Amino acid sequence: MKSVLFFEAFFLACFVLLSQVAAKNSEDIRCKCICPPYREIEGQIYKQNVSLKDCNCLHVVDPMPVDGKDVEAYCLRCECKYEERSSGTIKVTIIMYLSILGLLLLYMVYLTLLEPMLKRRLFGHSQLIQSDDDVGDQQPFANAHNVLSRSHSRPNMLNKVEHAQQRWRRQVQEQRKSVFDRHVVLS
Amino acid sequence: MNGRGPSKLVDPLEDPLPGVGTYEDFNTIDWVREKSKDRDRHREITNKSRQSTVALLHSISDAFSGWLLMLLVGLMSGSALAGGIDIASNWLTDMKGGVCLNGFWFNHEHCCWTSNETTFQERDQCPQWKSWAELITGTSEGAFAYIMNYLMYIFWALLFAFLAVTLVRAFAPYACGSGIPEIKTILSGFIIRGYLGKWTLIIKTITLVLAVSSGLSLGKEGPLVHVACCCANILCHLFTKYRKNEVKRREVLSAAAAVGVSVAFGAPIGGVLFSLEEVSYYFPLKTLWRSFFAALVAAFTLRSINPFGNSRLVLFYVEFHAPWHLVELAPFVLLGIFGGLWGALFIKANIAWCRRRKTTRLGHYYPVIEGMVVAALTAVLAYPNSYTRMSGAELISELFNDCSLLDSSQLCGYPANMSKTSVGNSLADRPAGEGLYTALWQLSLALFFKMLMTVITFGMKVPSGLFIPSMAIGAIAGRLLGVGMEQLAYYNHESFIFKGWCSPGADCITPGLYAMVGAAACLGGVTRMTVSLVVIMFELTGGLEYIVPLMAATMTSKWVADALGREGIYEAHIRLNGYPFLEHKEEFEHSSLAVDVMRPRRSDPALAGLYCISQALVESTRYSGFPVVVSQESQRLVGFVLRRDLLISIENALQRQEGVVSASRVVFTEHTPSQAPDGPPPLRLRGIMDLSPFTVTDHTPMDITVDIFRKLGLRQCLVTHNGRLLGIITKKDILKHMAQIANRDPDSILFN
Repeated sequence: MKSVLFFEAFFLACFVLLSQVAAKNSEDIRCKCICPPYREIEGQIYKQNVSLKDCNCLHVVDPMPVDGKDVEAYCLRCECKYEERSSGTIKVTIIMYLSILGLLLLYMVYLTLLEPMLKRRLFGHSQLIQSDDDVGDQQPFANAHNVLSRSHSRPNMLNKVEHAQQRWRRQVQEQRKSVFDRHVVLS
Repeated sequence: MNGRGPSKLVDPLEDPLPGVGTYEDFNTIDWVREKSKDRDRHREITNKSRQSTVALLHSISDAFSGWLLMLLVGLMSGSALAGGIDIASNWLTDMKGGVCLNGFWFNHEHCCWTSNETTFQERDQCPQWKSWAELITGTSEGAFAYIMNYLMYIFWALLFAFLAVTLVRAFAPYACGSGIPEIKTILSGFIIRGYLGKWTLIIKTITLVLAVSSGLSLGKEGPLVHVACCCANILCHLFTKYRKNEVKRREVLSAAAAVGVSVAFGAPIGGVLFSLEEVSYYFPLKTLWRSFFAALVAAFTLRSINPFGNSRLVLFYVEFHAPWHLVELAPFVLLGIFGGLWGALFIKANIAWCRRRKTTRLGHYYPVIEGMVVAALTAVLAYPNSYTRMSGAELISELFNDCSLLDSSQLCGYPANMSKTSVGNSLADRPAGEGLYTALWQLSLALFFKMLMTVITFGMKVPSGLFIPSMAIGAIAGRLLGVGMEQLAYYNHESFIFKGWCSPGADCITPGLYAMVGAAACLGGVTRMTVSLVVIMFELTGGLEYIVPLMAATMTSKWVADALGREGIYEAHIRLNGYPFLEHKEEFEHSSLAVDVMRPRRSDPALAGLYCISQALVESTRYSGFPVVVSQESQRLVGFVLRRDLLISIENALQRQEGVVSASRVVFTEHTPSQAPDGPPPLRLRGIMDLSPFTVTDHTPMDITVDIFRKLGLRQCLVTHNGRLLGIITKKDILKHMAQIANRDPDSILFN
């Protein structure tokens, strides 16, 4: 429950951050005019950062490659579009994505390589070897007992975290067995 | 609840115990019980609301909680997830080609956004974007640079695929695949714990970007539906009304599926229809309105994030409005036939490949290696052909585009000597030039490549969707046919077919429209979508005038595909996995009776209902429920009790109440029976029994029974004969019976 609230708060904070970052940078608007080949003149693309009211052929195509009487015919073929983007949003999104990816990779390296080494050094073999075998059995009512025995855990913070992490790892192992080994779901 | 008697000393407490009324993993919910729990709760709140202002406010907030939840689902899915996924996958895809020196977070298009060095012919060259060959070797032309670019492309593709598969394997194995078959099963009443959890959400989002960017032939629409459903499931925990009730939660999940498709395609109405037609099992009208609201909120949020810099929701929004002629219905129907054939072939091939992966050693031990081999194969074969090197969405966008004077791509490589006569910048039908012929044979090669690759990629252990690859295949086929028709019209404008409507110099054939119709036909052939597909396609293009060609092609493709194979791709995967999904679109046509399907069969010993039970007896069997009768002799039915509830209540009574030991008998009567002189007092657990189980008589025809199961969402049904209990039919029995009738292996149904 608390994790859900934390999750929600995180998302709201990101949203607020994004909307503040997405201020109008003057480089983030442009008017793009594409003019096809006309007689001897080759096709050209013109870009300028002007606002929406100035986004037409006469303002953007500069220098004009044809003389006065041909300008209208030339401009009829050109197509001008006004575009906006938010470079701040892009930057924040990419940096957030890379940091989450980096954290996940570090956590994966920690779980697979470092944690067994650390635990073996600190605690010896007794507590480390969780019996992986009995988790995989069909214990239909394992959680029936869990449901009723929640009052017996020690109220120590570290133990709670440890307990939650062990439970999560068991769940992932169970999922991995179903999906990758026995191919029971998601084949 | 359902009829508790007067409470006595050893009766359970007023409030239900935590755990009673919940379900185990990989089990089916009791739909009727959940709905009646919700109605009771609603009635209680309404009754209490008359008593005080606080209670009135509580009842108002309870009524609005549904709408608030829909708003939150739309915001979260549209903004954080879909927008983020789009931006990140665009950037990471271009990372295979080079880096932007202005800021590494820009992709190729945004890097050259402000630059003035782009030319008409080379629209995406600018000095700020450096390809890998330029960075490493300093040159950008020549054979060495090409080989360098090739190698870096393969390297990045392999790296992304490796990261995707290892992350999925390490943190959330449920995040692989498309997700839609499992969500269909969940919405029909199945429980898969952890499938819609927060780790699955995080990993699916991150690895979807990696998988799409590695160049594999997959799309992101199916996984987006899964992501949206995960969001909805997580947000349900904030509201008591939805957290505790499985049926209400499934209503929210139906709406979330609509949100997923809405942000993938920018099509809110299409999303709601997709949820109605493909994903949901029960879809009441209330859900329709709420799904639409959520889909609109998501589409609006995505638009305000504006990931593509042009206020469009999807990369391939097209705007042409060129008319089509009745004679063109013939090639459209031809495209429909192609789509149907491709759909049937794809489903057979993909299921065969997935079955091989499932049963042989190949899939058992080497998922990571498989992922990397497929990614390497795709990268090696895709790079030389420019149409396979670009991502699926870009390819579709280019194929849907109608050629005008403003385009300089190879597909529009017509000889330029016609430009003197036209005034605007639209082009009439022209003969094909050099550039176009090159593009055509490259496209044909791309077609075969994509057909092969999609078969082996869908179903890999990374998030994978198949909307974009199917649409790409259809768009290529459609464009080829469209260009063929255009050339035919140009060279034969005297013949009777074209004479009436296609005079020389007019723009009568639009190959872009053929590409669109082809895309719809192929997607319809694979997924067997009908209305939702047409609505999605027309929301993508904004052209009401193209509804008739789209419908013609979609209907033809569905008929052809149904003639060759009964099921769509999602139903086929459901059957491959053995999920207990009772198909609700077909009629049950066999003439069996209930007595033929029930357990025990005629040859087995008769079923004996319970009068009383002990904990040891419950734990020694594996039945998930027990019918309760008045007495051993009369076998008259009283009710039904579930194993899980029984065990939890017995455990609780052992801990909390004195005098109850594990040898105590459990009885379900209204009044405490007389105590045996030397035994422990009996435990009365009438409160957990369901007093209104559904029954049919033994001569009820099976089609009525199957109808009852479908319409009410039952899990088991008791069979009586002359008022006495005879047997039980469960959902699994029905599925096995249907499998047997269709000559399939009944042991492939794994779950109940």
